[in-house]
Amino acid sequence: MIEFIEIIFTAGFWAATIRIACPLILATIGEVLCERAGVLNLGIEGIMSIGAMVGWMTVFLGADLYTGILAALIIGGLFGLLHAIFTVYLGASQHVTGIGITMLASSLGFFCFKLILPASTTPPKIKPFQPIDIPFLSELPFLGPAFFQHTPFTYLAILVVIFAFWLMNSTPLGLSIKMAGENPMALEAQGIDVFLVRTIAVVLGSALMAVGGAYLTLSAFDAFYFGMINGRGWIAIALVIFASWKPERALLGALLFAGLDAYQVRAQQLAGAVIPYQFFLMLPFLLSIVAMVIAAKRTRYPKALLIPFRRGERH
Amino acid sequence: MIKFRLEERAKSPYWLIILSPFIAILVAIILAGILIVLAGANPFESYYQLIIGAFGSKNSFAETLARATPIILTGLAASIAFRAKFWNIGAEGQLYFGALATTLFGTGLVVLPSILMIPFLFIMGALAGGLLLLPLVLLKLYYKVDEVVTTLLLNFVVVLLVSYLLEGPWKDPMSLGWPQGKSVIDEGVLPQILSKTRLHLGFIISIFFAFSVWFILSKTVIGYRIKSVGLNAAAASHAGVPIFKTVLIVALLSGGMAGMAGVTETAGLKGYLTLDLSPGFGYAGIAVAMLANLNPIGVIFSGVFLASIYVGADAMSRAMNVPTYLADVIVALTVLCILLSLVFVHYKILFFGVKKND
Repeated sequence: MIEFIEIIFTAGFWAATIRIACPLILATIGEVLCERAGVLNLGIEGIMSIGAMVGWMTVFLGADLYTGILAALIIGGLFGLLHAIFTVYLGASQHVTGIGITMLASSLGFFCFKLILPASTTPPKIKPFQPIDIPFLSELPFLGPAFFQHTPFTYLAILVVIFAFWLMNSTPLGLSIKMAGENPMALEAQGIDVFLVRTIAVVLGSALMAVGGAYLTLSAFDAFYFGMINGRGWIAIALVIFASWKPERALLGALLFAGLDAYQVRAQQLAGAVIPYQFFLMLPFLLSIVAMVIAAKRTRYPKALLIPFRRGERH
Repeated sequence: MIKFRLEERAKSPYWLIILSPFIAILVAIILAGILIVLAGANPFESYYQLIIGAFGSKNSFAETLARATPIILTGLAASIAFRAKFWNIGAEGQLYFGALATTLFGTGLVVLPSILMIPFLFIMGALAGGLLLLPLVLLKLYYKVDEVVTTLLLNFVVVLLVSYLLEGPWKDPMSLGWPQGKSVIDEGVLPQILSKTRLHLGFIISIFFAFSVWFILSKTVIGYRIKSVGLNAAAASHAGVPIFKTVLIVALLSGGMAGMAGVTETAGLKGYLTLDLSPGFGYAGIAVAMLANLNPIGVIFSGVFLASIYVGADAMSRAMNVPTYLADVIVALTVLCILLSLVFVHYKILFFGVKKND
């Protein structure tokens, strides 16, 4: 039994936790941005998928890794803009638009992938981001290999999270975004364009989701394959609710979740064939549902979430 | 900057309501045509191949109707749920639960004459689909847990459960290593309704259920309650509509329809359960329901339309060398175009000119 406890004292476990958490953190923060502005973005799963594809393809076609991230960022932003035109400007159903965006983004990504690489049975590989050693810190026992020997993309993701905190909590734009999701009429009364604020939030949020997808193909793995997002987007949406729409709690939630996921992979190896692997793979999804139930009691949705704003109309 | 405002129409013109889905499909097809051009093929010839592939022969026409069968049922599942604004996105999982029930009861555990066996399997499939949704709807009603996310997440759990059963205890020992379930007994197999094709009784049954759902939604008190909950739950509650009971019925009906889609695929098309039983029929149901404007009779036509895109795209892909994923792109574009057309049906767009000092 002691082996099952020893897992959490290995550097490999903590390094894996960070690796699994990264795409989730990016996607969850992206969804927090959208929902705080009052827009549910169910396009997340598809946007992550096309971000993973476009980022990977850009590098495969000869560009460097950072250009790959940028390409994912742009495609995510474009799909965010599409979502915003439908839900913010035209007031279409946020649920159905999001499902439509997920269907469009993932199928378009698969279509383009097949178009460029028609006959690839084994997915071709790129040289992804390599781990770099942070001077001095990486030589620390345990802490070094656990936290200071990651890829540049990982550190970039952490910077992005810090940027998102700053944006949400310390800038006029962040305040406007939160107000657009709580009381858009009051924001309009301040002379601020609610449509524009919501659009900026959805575009930025969607760009982050796509970058989260690209983390999978450019840093965690080295190839793109169909279905590689595998529900991570939906898990991110559950995490947003678990985190009560707060970026800092979203960070904690994603880390906790990734830790459990990293743990189950190792426990699975220890348990051998006693418990079928499918049950281990179910855990993330079941845990997400459990997390939502736990959070349900203290859940306080942004007041204007799902409600389209129409100029000159009272709610 | 150009400013505009949406103004709700007092009454939407009939021609617009009737034409709007066709315009939406047309726009989706034109947009997808651009992708065909990008793929280096002639869009007109490609669409011609697609139509031939879907309707060109008795065999392909039968194949299209066979493909429409589960999509009509998942489309009905989405129509019922979305009418009450209950966002059941879990039809995929419910379909597989129905397929599991078919395998559990239909492969020898229960043996009845055909006339009883087939209805029995449909009842079990519907119960299984509804049962899967039951805990989630109770979580929503008691704890306000958002059903969109829970139904989506449960899809993945169910597919993994099917994978476990097919690789483990339910694996057919005769299947030569391929993970598939035991064959449904002869009494349970849905008979072919067009000789030498794969079209089976399930298609007739799905149409029967489309009319049943239409009857429930438009001719019964339950249907009226479902509609009122969807339009304004607070007002409905105030008017004495039992919200709890209505949402529960919606969930069971919706899950039941999706569960029966699993029955038609397991007992009809394949004869046994496989892990690739549904290439996303659950999600296609959402598109079908939207295209039909949540009208159950409309679902029959939009289901056949979507099936023809999927079946035709396979043939087009072979002939024109355009990736089959084009079918999914067309379906996705249709969903978005329908949303757009709904905005134009219900609202007038008023521009209020160009303002320089804004």
